[in-house]
Amino acid sequence: MQEVRTILLSKSVFEDNDRAADKLRRDLREKGVSLVNVMSSPGSGKTTLLIALIRRLALKFRIGVMEADIDSDVDAVTVARETGCRSVQLHTGGMCHLDAGMTAEGLRELGDGLDLIFLENVGNLVCPAEYDTGATANIVILSVPEGADKPLKYPLVFQKSDLVIVSKTDALPYFDFDMEQCRKYIGARNGAAEMIPVSAKTGENMDALENWFIRKII
Amino acid sequence: MHELGIVMNVLEQVDAVAAENKAEKVLKITMEVGEVSSVVPDLFLDAFNWAKKKTAFLQEAELEMIIIEGRTYCKTCGESYQTTAYGKKCPHCGSYETYLLTGDQVIIKDIAAVFGEAETPEPVPEK
Repeated sequence: MQEVRTILLSKSVFEDNDRAADKLRRDLREKGVSLVNVMSSPGSGKTTLLIALIRRLALKFRIGVMEADIDSDVDAVTVARETGCRSVQLHTGGMCHLDAGMTAEGLRELGDGLDLIFLENVGNLVCPAEYDTGATANIVILSVPEGADKPLKYPLVFQKSDLVIVSKTDALPYFDFDMEQCRKYIGARNGAAEMIPVSAKTGENMDALENWFIRKII
Repeated sequence: MHELGIVMNVLEQVDAVAAENKAEKVLKITMEVGEVSSVVPDLFLDAFNWAKKKTAFLQEAELEMIIIEGRTYCKTCGESYQTTAYGKKCPHCGSYETYLLTGDQVIIKDIAAVFGEAETPEPVPEK
Protein backbone atom coordinates (compact mmCIF):
# COMPACT_ATOMS: atom_id res chain seq x y z
CA MET A 1 0.00 0.00 0.00
CA GLN A 2 1.21 3.42 -0.85
CA GLU A 3 0.09 6.57 0.82
CA VAL A 4 0.63 10.26 0.29
CA ARG A 5 1.55 12.28 3.34
CA THR A 6 2.41 15.92 3.82
CA ILE A 7 5.54 16.90 5.70
CA LEU A 8 5.46 20.38 7.19
CA LEU A 9 8.71 22.31 6.92
CA SER A 10 7.93 26.05 7.19
CA LYS A 11 11.57 26.78 6.71
CA SER A 12 13.24 29.71 5.04
CA VAL A 13 15.36 28.73 2.07
CA PHE A 14 18.17 30.86 3.49
CA GLU A 15 17.94 29.44 7.03
CA ASP A 16 20.75 26.85 6.78
CA ASN A 17 23.08 29.38 5.23
CA ASP A 18 22.20 32.05 7.79
CA ARG A 19 23.02 29.65 10.60
CA ALA A 20 26.35 28.65 9.03
CA ALA A 21 27.16 32.35 8.48
CA ASP A 22 26.44 33.24 12.11
CA LYS A 23 28.72 30.47 13.30
CA LEU A 24 31.50 31.56 10.96
CA ARG A 25 31.16 35.17 12.15
CA ARG A 26 31.39 34.09 15.81
CA ASP A 27 34.50 32.00 15.09
CA LEU A 28 36.15 34.91 13.28
CA ARG A 29 35.39 37.36 16.10
CA GLU A 30 36.83 34.92 18.65
CA LYS A 31 40.01 34.66 16.62
CA GLY A 32 40.14 38.45 16.17
CA VAL A 33 39.92 38.26 12.40
CA SER A 34 37.95 40.80 10.33
CA LEU A 35 36.33 39.47 7.20
CA VAL A 36 35.12 42.20 4.86
CA ASN A 37 32.67 41.20 2.15
CA VAL A 38 33.01 43.53 -0.85
CA MET A 39 30.05 43.65 -3.22
CA SER A 40 29.49 45.65 -6.41
CA SER A 41 28.46 45.55 -10.05
CA PRO A 42 30.92 44.17 -12.59
CA GLY A 43 33.30 46.92 -13.67
CA SER A 44 32.92 49.13 -10.60
CA GLY A 45 36.67 49.06 -10.06
CA LYS A 46 36.67 46.62 -7.12
CA THR A 47 40.01 45.05 -7.90
CA THR A 48 41.78 48.39 -8.56
CA LEU A 49 40.33 49.90 -5.39
CA LEU A 50 41.27 46.87 -3.30
CA ILE A 51 44.85 46.96 -4.55
CA ALA A 52 45.18 50.66 -3.65
CA LEU A 53 43.59 50.10 -0.24
CA ILE A 54 45.59 46.97 0.60
CA ARG A 55 48.86 48.76 -0.19
CA ARG A 56 47.98 51.28 2.54
CA LEU A 57 46.57 48.85 5.07
CA ALA A 58 49.31 46.25 4.63
CA LEU A 59 51.61 48.42 6.73
CA LYS A 60 49.34 47.88 9.74
CA PHE A 61 47.62 44.54 9.21
CA ARG A 62 48.35 41.07 7.91
CA ILE A 63 45.97 40.89 4.96
CA GLY A 64 44.54 38.08 2.88
CA VAL A 65 42.23 38.20 -0.12
CA MET A 66 39.62 35.80 -1.41
CA GLU A 67 38.42 36.41 -4.93
CA ALA A 68 35.10 34.94 -5.94
CA ASP A 69 34.47 34.48 -9.60
CA ILE A 70 32.25 32.29 -11.63
CA ASP A 71 35.20 30.87 -13.51
CA SER A 72 38.62 32.48 -13.72
CA ASP A 73 41.56 33.42 -11.52
CA VAL A 74 42.62 36.72 -13.11
CA ASP A 75 41.62 38.81 -10.09
CA ALA A 76 43.41 36.62 -7.54
CA VAL A 77 46.55 36.62 -9.65
CA THR A 78 46.40 40.42 -10.13
CA VAL A 79 45.86 41.19 -6.45
CA ALA A 80 48.60 38.81 -5.32
CA ARG A 81 51.05 40.22 -7.85
CA GLU A 82 50.25 43.87 -7.08
CA THR A 83 50.12 43.66 -3.29
CA GLY A 84 52.14 40.59 -2.40
CA CYS A 85 49.46 39.45 0.03
CA ARG A 86 48.10 35.95 0.32
CA SER A 87 45.20 35.33 -2.03
CA VAL A 88 42.95 32.47 -3.05
CA GLN A 89 40.48 32.18 -5.87
CA LEU A 90 37.04 30.77 -5.11
CA HIS A 91 35.05 29.40 -7.99
CA THR A 92 31.33 29.49 -7.45
CA GLY A 93 30.76 26.84 -10.09
CA GLY A 94 28.38 28.93 -12.18
CA MET A 95 26.49 30.36 -9.20
CA CYS A 96 25.99 34.09 -8.96
CA HIS A 97 26.84 34.36 -5.27
CA LEU A 98 29.03 32.99 -2.51
CA ASP A 99 27.52 31.32 0.52
CA ALA A 100 28.89 30.78 4.02
CA GLY A 101 30.07 27.24 3.18
CA MET A 102 32.17 28.41 0.24
CA THR A 103 33.56 31.26 2.34
CA ALA A 104 34.56 28.91 5.18
CA GLU A 105 36.32 26.68 2.65
CA GLY A 106 38.22 29.67 1.24
CA LEU A 107 39.27 30.72 4.75
CA ARG A 108 40.70 27.27 5.42
CA GLU A 109 42.63 27.44 2.18
CA LEU A 110 43.94 30.90 3.07
CA GLY A 111 45.26 29.67 6.42
CA ASP A 112 45.79 31.30 9.84
CA GLY A 113 47.79 34.29 11.02
CA LEU A 114 45.81 37.06 9.28
CA ASP A 115 44.09 40.12 10.80
CA LEU A 116 42.04 41.30 7.85
CA ILE A 117 40.59 39.32 4.99
CA PHE A 118 38.85 40.83 1.99
CA LEU A 119 36.26 38.75 0.23
CA GLU A 120 35.75 40.10 -3.26
CA ASN A 121 32.29 38.76 -4.03
CA VAL A 122 30.89 38.03 -7.50
CA GLY A 123 30.21 41.24 -9.45
CA ASN A 124 26.44 41.45 -9.04
CA LEU A 125 24.18 43.63 -6.88
CA VAL A 126 21.38 41.11 -6.37
CA CYS A 127 22.43 37.62 -5.36
CA PRO A 128 25.42 38.34 -3.09
CA ALA A 129 23.14 40.48 -0.92
CA GLU A 130 20.81 37.56 -0.26
CA TYR A 131 23.40 35.10 0.94
CA ASP A 132 25.13 35.96 4.21
CA THR A 133 28.78 34.99 3.82
CA GLY A 134 29.56 35.22 7.53
CA ALA A 135 31.55 38.42 7.03
CA THR A 136 32.10 40.74 10.00
CA ALA A 137 31.52 43.78 7.75
CA ASN A 138 29.77 44.30 4.42
CA ILE A 139 30.73 46.91 1.88
CA VAL A 140 29.23 47.92 -1.44
CA ILE A 141 31.14 49.84 -4.10
CA LEU A 142 29.12 52.12 -6.37
CA SER A 143 31.10 53.69 -9.19
CA VAL A 144 30.28 57.16 -10.53
CA PRO A 145 29.45 55.97 -14.10
CA GLU A 146 26.76 53.63 -12.73
CA GLY A 147 24.65 56.56 -11.53
CA ALA A 148 23.40 57.86 -8.20
CA ASP A 149 20.11 55.99 -8.39
CA LYS A 150 21.50 52.48 -7.77
CA PRO A 151 20.38 52.47 -4.11
CA LEU A 152 16.80 52.79 -5.41
CA LYS A 153 17.19 50.00 -7.93
CA TYR A 154 19.05 47.51 -5.75
CA PRO A 155 17.92 48.37 -2.22
CA LEU A 156 18.88 45.09 -0.55
CA VAL A 157 22.63 45.33 -1.09
CA PHE A 158 22.59 48.88 0.31
CA GLN A 159 20.50 47.78 3.29
CA LYS A 160 22.99 45.04 4.12
CA SER A 161 26.10 47.21 3.86
CA ASP A 162 27.95 49.04 6.63
CA LEU A 163 29.81 51.22 4.14
CA VAL A 164 29.11 52.50 0.64
CA ILE A 165 32.24 53.45 -1.28
CA VAL A 166 31.49 55.75 -4.21
CA SER A 167 34.41 54.96 -6.52
CA LYS A 168 35.89 56.65 -9.59
CA THR A 169 35.25 60.21 -8.34
CA ASP A 170 37.90 61.29 -10.88
CA ALA A 171 35.18 60.66 -13.50
CA LEU A 172 32.68 63.07 -11.85
CA PRO A 173 33.22 65.87 -14.43
CA TYR A 174 32.04 63.55 -17.21
CA PHE A 175 28.87 62.17 -15.61
CA ASP A 176 25.69 63.62 -14.12
CA PHE A 177 26.29 62.04 -10.75
CA ASP A 178 24.58 63.89 -7.89
CA MET A 179 26.57 63.01 -4.76
CA GLU A 180 24.09 64.60 -2.33
CA GLN A 181 21.16 62.84 -3.96
CA CYS A 182 23.09 59.58 -3.69
CA ARG A 183 23.72 60.22 0.00
CA LYS A 184 19.98 60.76 0.51
CA TYR A 185 19.05 57.59 -1.35
CA ILE A 186 21.46 55.55 0.75
CA GLY A 187 20.26 57.20 3.96
CA ALA A 188 16.65 56.38 3.13
CA ARG A 189 17.54 52.69 2.67
CA ASN A 190 20.00 52.35 5.48
CA GLY A 191 20.42 55.11 8.04
CA ALA A 192 23.41 53.37 9.61
CA ALA A 193 25.52 53.10 6.45
CA GLU A 194 28.42 55.47 5.92
CA MET A 195 29.29 56.80 2.48
CA ILE A 196 32.86 57.59 1.41
CA PRO A 197 33.55 58.91 -2.13
CA VAL A 198 37.05 58.01 -3.39
CA SER A 199 39.24 57.76 -6.44
CA ALA A 200 41.74 54.91 -6.39
CA LYS A 201 43.31 56.44 -9.49
CA THR A 202 44.12 59.89 -8.08
CA GLY A 203 44.17 58.82 -4.42
CA GLU A 204 41.45 61.37 -3.56
CA ASN A 205 39.94 60.69 -0.14
CA MET A 206 41.73 57.36 0.22
CA ASP A 207 42.88 58.56 3.67
CA ALA A 208 39.26 58.68 4.83
CA LEU A 209 38.71 55.15 3.56
CA GLU A 210 41.86 53.88 5.23
CA ASN A 211 40.71 55.45 8.51
CA TRP A 212 37.33 53.76 8.27
CA PHE A 213 39.09 50.40 8.19
CA ILE A 214 41.41 51.30 11.04
CA ARG A 215 38.37 52.27 13.12
CA LYS A 216 36.34 49.19 12.21
CA ILE A 217 38.94 46.46 12.35
CA ILE A 218 39.06 44.47 15.53
CA MET B 1 20.62 32.41 -13.09
CA HIS B 2 19.79 34.06 -9.80
CA GLU B 3 16.68 31.92 -9.39
CA LEU B 4 18.61 28.78 -10.29
CA GLY B 5 20.92 29.15 -7.29
CA ILE B 6 17.93 29.36 -4.96
CA VAL B 7 16.16 26.47 -6.72
CA MET B 8 19.22 24.23 -6.29
CA ASN B 9 19.21 25.12 -2.62
CA VAL B 10 15.52 24.22 -2.28
CA LEU B 11 15.92 20.93 -4.16
CA GLU B 12 18.90 19.94 -2.05
CA GLN B 13 17.01 20.61 1.17
CA VAL B 14 13.84 18.81 0.06
CA ASP B 15 15.78 15.85 -1.31
CA ALA B 16 17.45 15.49 2.08
CA VAL B 17 14.11 15.66 3.91
CA ALA B 18 12.65 13.01 1.57
CA ALA B 19 15.59 10.69 2.18
CA GLU B 20 15.44 11.26 5.94
CA ASN B 21 11.74 10.42 6.06
CA LYS B 22 12.20 7.41 3.77
CA ALA B 23 9.77 8.75 1.18
CA GLU B 24 9.58 7.05 -2.21
CA LYS B 25 9.14 10.25 -4.12
CA VAL B 26 7.97 13.81 -3.68
CA LEU B 27 4.80 14.82 -5.55
CA LYS B 28 4.56 18.45 -4.63
CA ILE B 29 6.44 21.25 -2.93
CA THR B 30 4.52 24.25 -1.63
CA MET B 31 6.47 27.44 -1.15
CA GLU B 32 5.69 30.94 0.04
CA VAL B 33 7.39 33.57 -2.07
CA GLY B 34 7.27 37.22 -1.09
CA GLU B 35 6.50 39.82 -3.76
CA VAL B 36 9.64 41.75 -2.84
CA SER B 37 11.91 38.73 -2.27
CA SER B 38 13.66 39.26 -5.63
CA VAL B 39 12.54 35.80 -6.77
CA VAL B 40 10.69 36.01 -10.09
CA PRO B 41 8.06 33.22 -9.97
CA ASP B 42 8.11 32.38 -13.70
CA LEU B 43 11.88 32.09 -13.81
CA PHE B 44 11.86 30.16 -10.57
CA LEU B 45 9.42 27.63 -12.01
CA ASP B 46 11.48 27.22 -15.20
CA ALA B 47 14.63 26.66 -13.18
CA PHE B 48 12.77 24.21 -10.93
CA ASN B 49 11.51 22.11 -13.82
CA TRP B 50 14.98 21.92 -15.29
CA ALA B 51 16.87 21.20 -12.09
CA LYS B 52 14.47 18.64 -10.58
CA LYS B 53 15.64 16.10 -13.18
CA LYS B 54 18.96 15.99 -11.36
CA THR B 55 17.49 14.96 -8.01
CA ALA B 56 16.81 11.56 -6.47
CA PHE B 57 13.27 12.07 -5.15
CA LEU B 58 11.86 15.04 -7.05
CA GLN B 59 11.76 13.90 -10.66
CA GLU B 60 7.95 14.17 -10.83
CA ALA B 61 7.46 16.91 -8.27
CA GLU B 62 5.34 19.93 -9.04
CA LEU B 63 5.89 23.30 -7.46
CA GLU B 64 3.20 25.53 -6.03
CA MET B 65 4.14 29.09 -5.13
CA ILE B 66 1.93 31.11 -2.82
CA ILE B 67 2.73 34.76 -3.44
CA ILE B 68 2.87 36.87 -0.29
CA GLU B 69 2.04 40.54 -0.70
CA GLY B 70 4.72 43.05 0.33
CA ARG B 71 3.47 45.26 3.19
CA THR B 72 5.42 48.15 4.66
CA TYR B 73 4.78 49.80 8.02
CA CYS B 74 5.26 53.52 8.61
CA LYS B 75 6.82 54.42 11.97
CA THR B 76 5.75 58.06 11.62
CA CYS B 77 2.00 57.64 11.14
CA GLY B 78 1.48 54.00 12.12
CA GLU B 79 -0.24 53.05 8.86
CA SER B 80 0.80 50.18 6.61
CA TYR B 81 0.65 50.05 2.82
CA GLN B 82 1.39 47.93 -0.25
CA THR B 83 5.16 47.94 -0.81
CA THR B 84 5.16 47.35 -4.56
CA ALA B 85 2.93 50.40 -5.14
CA TYR B 86 4.79 52.94 -3.00
CA GLY B 87 8.23 51.57 -2.09
CA LYS B 88 10.01 53.17 0.84
CA LYS B 89 7.89 56.35 0.99
CA CYS B 90 4.68 56.19 3.01
CA PRO B 91 1.69 57.20 0.83
CA HIS B 92 -0.24 58.37 3.92
CA CYS B 93 2.23 60.90 5.33
CA GLY B 94 5.25 61.01 2.99
CA SER B 95 7.71 59.72 5.61
CA TYR B 96 10.68 57.50 4.76
CA GLU B 97 10.77 56.12 8.31
CA THR B 98 9.28 52.84 7.18
CA TYR B 99 10.12 49.17 7.34
CA LEU B 100 9.00 46.02 5.61
CA LEU B 101 6.49 43.93 7.56
CA THR B 102 6.22 41.01 5.19
CA GLY B 103 6.89 40.06 1.60
CA ASP B 104 10.61 39.28 1.47
CA GLN B 105 10.33 35.63 2.51
CA VAL B 106 11.26 32.56 0.48
CA ILE B 107 9.91 29.67 2.52
CA ILE B 108 9.49 25.96 1.90
CA LYS B 109 6.09 25.44 3.48
CA ASP B 110 5.48 21.75 3.05
CA ILE B 111 6.03 18.79 0.78
CA ALA B 112 3.63 16.03 -0.24
CA ALA B 113 5.41 12.71 -0.66
CA VAL B 114 4.53 9.11 -1.44
CA PHE B 115 5.42 6.57 1.20
CA GLY B 116 5.47 2.86 0.54
CA GLU B 117 4.98 0.17 3.11
CA ALA B 118 8.26 -0.51 4.81
CA GLU B 119 10.05 -3.78 4.09
CA THR B 120 7.57 -4.83 1.38
CA PRO B 121 9.50 -6.37 -1.50
CA GLU B 122 8.75 -5.02 -4.96
CA PRO B 123 6.39 -7.40 -6.83
CA VAL B 124 8.20 -9.19 -9.62
CA PRO B 125 6.55 -8.32 -12.93
CA GLU B 126 5.20 -11.27 -14.94
CA LYS B 127 6.99 -12.04 -18.15
